Amino acid sequence: MNINLTLFGQMISFLFFIWFCKKFVWTAIISSMEERQKKIAAGLDAADKASRDLEIAQEKVSAQLKEAKKEATVLIEQANKRAGQIVDEAKEQAKTEADRMKAGAKAEIDMEVNRAKEELRGKVAGLALAGAEKILKANIDEKANSALVDDLAAQL
Amino acid sequence: MASGVEITSTSYIQHHLTNLTFGQTDHGWGFAHNAQEAAEMGFMAVNVDSLGWSIFLGLVFCILFRFAANRATSGVPTGMQNFIEMMVEFVDGTVKDSFHGNNPWIAPIALTIFVWVFFMNLMDLIPVDFIPHLFEVGGVPFQKIVPSTDPNITLGMALAVFGMILYYSIKVKGVSGFLGELTLQPFAAKSPIIQAMFMPINLALELVGLLAKPFSLGLRLFGNMYAGEMIFILIAIMYMSGSWILGAFGGTLQLGWAIFHILIITLQAFIFMVLTVVYLGMAHENH
Repeated sequence: MNINLTLFGQMISFLFFIWFCKKFVWTAIISSMEERQKKIAAGLDAADKASRDLEIAQEKVSAQLKEAKKEATVLIEQANKRAGQIVDEAKEQAKTEADRMKAGAKAEIDMEVNRAKEELRGKVAGLALAGAEKILKANIDEKANSALVDDLAAQL
Repeated sequence: MASGVEITSTSYIQHHLTNLTFGQTDHGWGFAHNAQEAAEMGFMAVNVDSLGWSIFLGLVFCILFRFAANRATSGVPTGMQNFIEMMVEFVDGTVKDSFHGNNPWIAPIALTIFVWVFFMNLMDLIPVDFIPHLFEVGGVPFQKIVPSTDPNITLGMALAVFGMILYYSIKVKGVSGFLGELTLQPFAAKSPIIQAMFMPINLALELVGLLAKPFSLGLRLFGNMYAGEMIFILIAIMYMSGSWILGAFGGTLQLGWAIFHILIITLQAFIFMVLTVVYLGMAHENH
């Protein structure tokens, strides 16, 4: 408990340890800690930026998807329209063809009918003539009668 | 506990409170053989045990922290590195809180004080007889292993702090500024004559305040650690009673006191550090 030279020994070693701490310990540890702080801050910033970028990319993707869907809808609509058009055209064509064929058939039928009529008329005239000949039992001048017969045939 | 001599409580306590002192005896330079001889050596003597343990613990601090500083990188710290960096950050935070100047020396001073004083106080938790007995077996009669129970150690540090206070006061404020601070307050007057009359009173008051700083700083640490050590010694006496009940009771007490003491040693180291920082901060402030 006596105050003696230990006092100064302690003072000197105290100052020495402070000097050592400042020179070899404090600066190194603090600077590496500050560096680490900066590194962590930069890392966090980068993570923030990445997540922001991701968000932007996702927005872009969804926008593009929407656009594509819209385009697809338009395309499908157009295709549907075109298909309807084609069907309509085909119908029209088929109808025209059918009409044409019907008209041809009708004309042929008409022609046939007319020919049959003509034939029938000729035959009927012949029959009438024969009939009349038989009725008259006389041989009438064919030339004079033919006008009569033609007239009759025209009336038939 | 010299062999052959019967141990009494008084001799046991006295033995534990005696430093291993090196100085001039009647037979030339040598170690004091008892407390009285140590006292007679006067100022020209060294408490080899206190100073030795103190320097040893300071070196432990230096090596430990130098090791950590060597391995310090900006990468992920592990284990011991984490612990050291935690201490550094804690001290750095405390210094930034209570010191507002810009002096790169303050934080290392604070770290040195905190860790070193903590290590010195930590020696208090080693059972009181353990290391002294080992030394005794080796032929060394006295060994006080807790440097902070030696007023030389605590006052030595406190006076070094006092020196720093004076140095920074004069460096920051100049000699005239510092003298002005000592003489022109707390009593101030507009008239120069009255002011001159106030000067000695101011000086007396301010000097007391100034000198109280290092002594309160050193004696607070010494008192706390000395008292704590004393209680450990008193508890240890219970083991010598021979009664196992008293011995068991002593063991319980020792455990309890040791656990409580963990708080005290940390707190005292922290207080010494914070007060040093505050005093140095005051030295840096210009009124």
